[in-house]
Amino acid sequence: MDERENVISILVNNKPDVLARISGTLSGRGFNIESISANITKDPNKTKIILTTIGNKTTLAKILKQIAKLVDIITVEDLTGRKAVRREMFLVRFNWQLEGRKEKIAALVEKKKWKLLCANDDTCIVEITGENGLAEVMALTDLGMEDFTRTGVVAIEKA
Amino acid sequence: MKISGAQILFKALAMEGVEVIFGYPGGAVIGIYDEMTRQNIRHILVRHEQGAIHAADGYARASGKVGVCLATSGPGATNTVTGIANAYLDSIPVVILTGQVPTALIGTDAFQEVDITGITRPCTKHNFLVRNVSDVGRITRDAFAIARSGRPGPVLIDLPKDIMQMELEEADVNFNGEYNCEEEPVDRSQINRAVEMIREARKPVIFSGGGVVMGGASAELRELARITGAPVTSSLMGLGAFNASSPLWMGMPGMHGTYCANMAFSHCDLIIGVGVRFDDRVTSKVDLFAPNARIIHIDIDPVSIDKIIKTSLAIVAGAKSALSAINAELAEYSPSSHVSIWQEQVLKWKREKPLSYKKSEAIKPQFVVEKLYEVSRGEAIIATEVGQNQMWGAQFYHYKKPNTFITSGGLGTMGFGLPAAIGAQVARPDAIVVDLAGDGSIQMNIQELATAVQNNIPVKIAILNNNFLGMVRQWQEIFYQKRYSHTDLLGNPDFVKIAEAYGAKGLRASKVEEVEMIIKEAFATEGVVVMEFIVDREEGVYPMVKPGSPLTDMDLGPMAPEEDSRAEIGDDPSTRSFN
Ligand SMILES: Cc1ncc(C[n+]2csc(CCOP(=O)(O)OP(=O)(O)O)c2C)c(N)n1
Repeated sequence: MDERENVISILVNNKPDVLARISGTLSGRGFNIESISANITKDPNKTKIILTTIGNKTTLAKILKQIAKLVDIITVEDLTGRKAVRREMFLVRFNWQLEGRKEKIAALVEKKKWKLLCANDDTCIVEITGENGLAEVMALTDLGMEDFTRTGVVAIEKA
Repeated sequence: MKISGAQILFKALAMEGVEVIFGYPGGAVIGIYDEMTRQNIRHILVRHEQGAIHAADGYARASGKVGVCLATSGPGATNTVTGIANAYLDSIPVVILTGQVPTALIGTDAFQEVDITGITRPCTKHNFLVRNVSDVGRITRDAFAIARSGRPGPVLIDLPKDIMQMELEEADVNFNGEYNCEEEPVDRSQINRAVEMIREARKPVIFSGGGVVMGGASAELRELARITGAPVTSSLMGLGAFNASSPLWMGMPGMHGTYCANMAFSHCDLIIGVGVRFDDRVTSKVDLFAPNARIIHIDIDPVSIDKIIKTSLAIVAGAKSALSAINAELAEYSPSSHVSIWQEQVLKWKREKPLSYKKSEAIKPQFVVEKLYEVSRGEAIIATEVGQNQMWGAQFYHYKKPNTFITSGGLGTMGFGLPAAIGAQVARPDAIVVDLAGDGSIQMNIQELATAVQNNIPVKIAILNNNFLGMVRQWQEIFYQKRYSHTDLLGNPDFVKIAEAYGAKGLRASKVEEVEMIIKEAFATEGVVVMEFIVDREEGVYPMVKPGSPLTDMDLGPMAPEEDSRAEIGDDPSTRSFN
């Protein structure tokens, strides 16, 4: 089975358990949600949910039909492979006590257009936004990367 | 003027035309029950909440209206879950009202608190937890609209106790639903394509399902068959939509379907599937299903389409609107000579190998069903339990009208039949309503005899007593070398005495001659009657297509020419399931 990452965009009525209905529909059919981000839209009664899930395309197509049928769903779109812009954000905490680290990290922040959000003598927190930053962030362990949190993917179609 | 949450609820129910509620009281709904004393609505007190939901379901199936049940919070609510799943899988419109602990206590593991909207999320079409008294009217209206529209299904409303007591200025109550549940118009180009395919077909078959029954499209189905001359078969859920006494009727297809219907599927060049989901019990081995046929699939639910079989043409529409559009386009059409040759072939199959069984000294269960048919002149409503009784009820009773065969198709819920029969009888007080039961299933909701007796709901229960969990025993016979592991029910109670203890009439037939006699007596009796038929213990349901085999691979049972054909063992038993 050709498993792949799928990016799904779902527009819903902003109702208390709509997210539970969507995640239940996916998990009930063996799909795990890899990432999710949700927030209200221009219209505060509507919420846009972007989720990524790994799985077979045809199975997913059936699940999406099922999700589209849920009462509070307005539209369901599969953005996978479409012309869309996607981003996710990491907040990364470094321990920069060791000799020379402060300089190295500061240089990287400059070069890669990251943002230094706060800092003290021991640690700093850096914001990294990108298309697919996990590998890049994992590679920072040698520089004292202690921990990170990560938003879900957000994506929007190009016109 | 102030109005309470409970009063708003009853107003909304009245707007929906609700005449009857099946329910059972408790702490969280005591306020609703108190308000009921001032309302003009019929309430039927069941003996177990599973009985309430199945009765509401049976009521919906017999009437085509939305059934309503009411249960208290906690155990009352959880007792309805099997019945909710049952209605969900068979797409039956029911509204379930459950009590909930007061809003301030939600989430505290309060006495009799369960998260019933969470529990039922995967088996309801939708559910609501009401958080404000101002939402009661709107949500109730929405629940009914959602339950009956599109592909129908169960909708649950969870009603916290305090919300039912709270008061609101009458002028501030809103009874307008939020959801737009209108059906989209049928796509003309797809209708035209369907009509073309029908005109091109030489060997067409119509395959109708529960969507035609609940969609009220029986007349349109009959008209399509009349115009096209296409022979008709129906899934278990679809029985009754087409008149079984028509020469075009082939019987049910699939695992326990007729030789004729299965042969027709295997040789036809067009299947017009309407309101069906091509369940694996029907298609058997999918890649070998209808190898020569193009398939038109009409269904209101896009999820059903291309789920199991690949269609040539999909029409997402209600059965009624799609069929009437097709019929209108076909008004001038008259079928070619190829179709009459096909009809002859189908008739030949039908005559060659009709459903049959071996007569014997002992009462054959099929004989009992035939007698039920004869004595009721095919006019009864038959509810079934699950197992062999259900299959014999589908095979040997011939349904003429929609909403007269009431059975748990999708979930296969033992214990469904008796409460469903009660619900059906409430919907159709003048009809003879029979619960065709097995001795195992009847004991799953036998307490509902008290409901029937107390409320004068004169259902007739026909127990085919083989002292076995018959269908499981049959599988053990065929696939597990007759190792009858825990399917023997010889500890059964005396069903006649049980009937009498509940205040019903109990009748027993242990000889062939007594069968017709007690059926006549039961039908002539005004109240509730339990008929017990002591039947041939090891009778099997045939024909039988083993799971994983093509439909043409039918074991016709003891009446088949090669008597030993069913001795061989099939494929891996672990991949099979019961109904
Ligand atoms: C609630 C439930 N439990 C178990 C089953 C599995 N099952 C399917 S048919 C059957 C036997 C039914 O026996 P009985 O009611 O005596 O009917 P018969 O097959 O003998 O006509 C069983 C146990 C089921 N369908 N439903």
